[in-house]
This record gives sequence, structure tokens and C-alpha cells, in this order.
Amino acid sequence: MSSRRIFARPARFAAIAPYVWMVLFFLVPFAFVLKISLSQTAIAQPPYEPVFELAAGWEALKAAFAALSVDNFRLIASDDIYVFAYVRSLTVAVTATALLLLIGYPIAYGMSRLPKSWQAVAMVLVIVPFWTSFLIRIYAWINILQHDGLLNRILLALHLVSQPVVWLSTDSAMYIGIVYSYLPFMILPLYATLAKMEPALEEAAGDLGAPPWQVFWLVTFPLSLPGVGAGVLLCFIPIVGEFVIPDLLAGSNSLMIGQTLWLEFFTNKDWPVASAAAIVLLVMLLVPLLLYERLQKRQLEQGR
Amino acid sequence: MRKVSRLSRFNVAALALGLAFLYLPILILVIYSFNASRLVTVWGGWSLRWYHEFFNDRAMIEAAWMSLRVAVSSATIATLLGTLAAVALSRGERFRGRTLFSGMLYAPLVMPEVITGLSLLLLFVALNAERGFWTVTIAHTTLTMCFVAVVVQSRLGSLDRSLEEAAMDLGCDPVRAFLSVTLPLIAPAIVAGWMLAFTLSLDDLVIASFTTGPGSTTLPIRIYSEVRLGVKPEINAICTLVIALIAVVIVIASLASKLSSSQGESAAPL
Repeated sequence: MSSRRIFARPARFAAIAPYVWMVLFFLVPFAFVLKISLSQTAIAQPPYEPVFELAAGWEALKAAFAALSVDNFRLIASDDIYVFAYVRSLTVAVTATALLLLIGYPIAYGMSRLPKSWQAVAMVLVIVPFWTSFLIRIYAWINILQHDGLLNRILLALHLVSQPVVWLSTDSAMYIGIVYSYLPFMILPLYATLAKMEPALEEAAGDLGAPPWQVFWLVTFPLSLPGVGAGVLLCFIPIVGEFVIPDLLAGSNSLMIGQTLWLEFFTNKDWPVASAAAIVLLVMLLVPLLLYERLQKRQLEQGR
Repeated sequence: MRKVSRLSRFNVAALALGLAFLYLPILILVIYSFNASRLVTVWGGWSLRWYHEFFNDRAMIEAAWMSLRVAVSSATIATLLGTLAAVALSRGERFRGRTLFSGMLYAPLVMPEVITGLSLLLLFVALNAERGFWTVTIAHTTLTMCFVAVVVQSRLGSLDRSLEEAAMDLGCDPVRAFLSVTLPLIAPAIVAGWMLAFTLSLDDLVIASFTTGPGSTTLPIRIYSEVRLGVKPEINAICTLVIALIAVVIVIASLASKLSSSQGESAAPL
């Protein structure tokens, strides 16, 4: 019976409303970012006039194109603050993602070895913090990491340190915050691939005489690579643009690109340069974004 | 040879430490919200003092109310649009612009919020829209409908299509078949999607900061500006209330997905 086909037509009509919405509120805004980044230079003040008058037709369009300039991009490339911010964002994201993988993998692995009914419980336990507000979770860490906070009290009581350690406004605090916030994003895809894995493969490797570390390194880990890829991308991309965690935990000595963008936008009110910086960030993330989309698609197809 | 052991001591330790790492900070926060002392770190006995303080803080209450209204409206619109998108993607097969459509739906899931917020602000400024409740709601809808679409789509993917086909063989037109067979079966995922959209909106700071106007502040924006000035015990109380609210939401969502698994289908992923 070809009822699938019959169903497909009205289902396609279902796309209209969300399609229009996403074009209006997701795609079109990027055109505005691009336009502003390419046009008005630093002297221009918001609010800006419309991009171009459609009513004025072709002439207005030509004039708009003639006014385009790449000055803002040139400024970013020559400005140390921006260059450093991009480099720092990438460094932080690479380091944090590596930490997340190191910490998340054993947890996901442990989850996948639990009895089936316990696996569901463990999964809920990992998801729940993801539902809990991230701002609150960062704030919880401020409580713990501050000068007379719990961490220093414990360290002092155990005589591990003789004086309170400065935790807040350091990079370690920022990494703790990032790892804490993104851990569920790393664990879940890892767990999904590890749980689907055929245990017989590991058993076979063991039967053939491989010690446990070899079983892990030659069988388990290679088979879990799709999960590793999804987890790494899912964490890396948003961390590059992270604003709140470094702002609250890392202090202001060296800014990530998200913070620089925010400052440029709200404090300096230099919208053209901020827009240009956003475009550069987006282009930087385009490769991992496309990789993520492909992975997502492949996994959906496998799931069918 | 022996079997490779399924659950070693190392696994158990990793799991226990991981869960402790995830939950201890939140637990400490909740406990300290009942602290009588003004100093956040000195324990001065149990007290509801900071909850009183919160309920007398007009600005905070207004921000909380604004957040709730935005969360309910954006979650509702997002659930409608997200469900439609999921149906189109999983049942519509090929249609023009499908790749662009699914790309647009996945991108906001991972894209840095600063970019999404900034681009929406520029759009609203260009449209000369007055910023406030509606602009934040639209922005949150755009973000959260993508999450709804993913949740509902994965449920639709695991659904047995022969049920829909049987309904149509029995004379239902496609729309009828969808409403009377598919929709009840994916209802738990739709509920879970709404809940997820609700909590995401309640939580969002960055996009709301870009798209809101003067005079309409959401709770995260207020909390954020307070936290930047230093730790205050009142914040502990507010955070605990938010956690309690989200806990209720999670319980409802998990009941919904349990309902779906008792219908003989695998549970929704969230």
C-alpha cells in the first residue's frame, strides 16, 4: 500500500509554518549582521536606517552595494585584542573539550556497564542537571570557590594548604565551571554509542588473550568514535562563544571572543565592529557546525 | 578464558565520583539557602529569612513573573512549530529546501548564543520593533523549537508506521490518521518537548539580554547582575525556588515519558 506517499503530502505542508519562522528569525537576521558588518563604520550610531529601500528598486540596491566596505574586518585583523580573543577562545575550547572527554568517558563507560534497569536511572541522573539552570550551577560554584568558601575551608581543615587559595577569577575556576556545565553534553552521546556496542566483541578480544587495557584501546575506543565525535563537537562549538562562565569565573584579565563581542556591543556600542566579529566567529565555526550536522544526520539514519 | 568483567571497581568509582561532582554543588546551594546568617559561608542555623527577602523584593518578583510569562508563551509556540517541523522532517520525505530546513533546525542547537542574540537584536532594530516581552518571546521560540523538533522527531522515528498505514487502509484520510493515531502516540514527547522549551527559556540569559528592552528584565538577567556584584544569600533562595520549579517540571515530563513506555513503545529521550 502506498499510504506512505499519501501521508507525505500533508506532512510536507506541516513544514510551511516552521520554515517561514526559521527563515524570518534565523536566516534573515544573519543578512542584517552581514550588512551592518560591511557598511557603517565606527562613527555610525544605532539605530540604523533600513538596509535598503525595496521601493527604490535597483538603484538603491546598487548604492547599497557600492557603500559596502571591509574596514571593520580589517580592523579586527589588525587589532590585538580581537586576535588574542579568538586565539584564547580556541585554546580554552580545546583544553576544556579535552578535559570533558577525559572526565566524561569513564562516567559514560561506567553507565554503559550497569545492569539495563540501572542504566535508565543513571541517564535521568545525568540529564537532570542539564535541566537545572546553568546560571544557578555557575552560581553554586561561586559559593564554593570564593575566598572563604567551602573548598578553601575543607582544604584548610585537612591542612592541605596553610592559607586560603584564590580560586575565583582564575582560569582553573573557569575550567571547573565549563566542565561542570557541559559534562552532560559529553556524557550522553558517549553513553549512547557505548550502550549500543555489542559486548561479544569485547569478550572475544578477552578470550583471544588481550589484557583489559588492550581490549579497551583496540576494540572499545575505536568503536565509540562516533560518540566521541558528537560529544566533542557538541561541547567545542558553544564553548568557543561562551560568555557567561568566563565572565563570572575567570575575571577580566584576558577575554574570550564572546565577552569581547558583548563588551563591544553593550559598552562601546560599536555595532559594526561587533557584527564583523560575529561573522568571523561564525565562519570559524562553520566547519565544525557542518560536521555536527552531518554526524547528526547519519545517526538519525542509523536510528531508523 | 574468563569473560571480560562487565562492571569493574573502576567503573563504579568513576560513576559515583561523576554523579557526586554533578550534584554536590547544587545540594550545597540548596542547604545554604536556608542559612540564617548574612554571611553566605557561615552557618547560622536554619531559617526562611532569604525567602522572605525574595518575596518582598519587587524588582525580583517582576523579573520572575516576566520570565514565567515568556517561558509559557515561547514554549507553547515552540511546541506547535517544533512538532510541525518534526512531522515534516520524518514523514514528509523529500521536499524542496529540506536540507536548508534541517540545517536551520540543527544550527541553533550548537551555535553560540551570542551570535543568535546579536543577529536577532539587529533584526528587531531594523524592523523598529519595540523590544520587550514579544521580542524575547520570539527569540526564545526560535531557539527552543529546534529542541522540540529533535525530541519529537526521535519519537516519530521510533514509531511503527504500519499503525498510520492501517488507519488509512481503514478509511482515514491522512490528517485524520495523524490526529487520531499518531498524535496520541507522540503526545508524551510533545509534553517533554514543551517542558524542555519551558526550562530552556526560563534559563536563558544571553539571548534575553540582547533582545529585551529597558523595563522588561527577566529573572536570569537580574540574577546575573546581582551575582556580578557579589554573592548574596537571597540569590541562594531564588535559585532554590527555581530548582524546585524545574524539579516539578522534570517529574511531570518523566511521568509523561513513562506513560509512553507503558504503551509498549520506547521512552522519549528526554
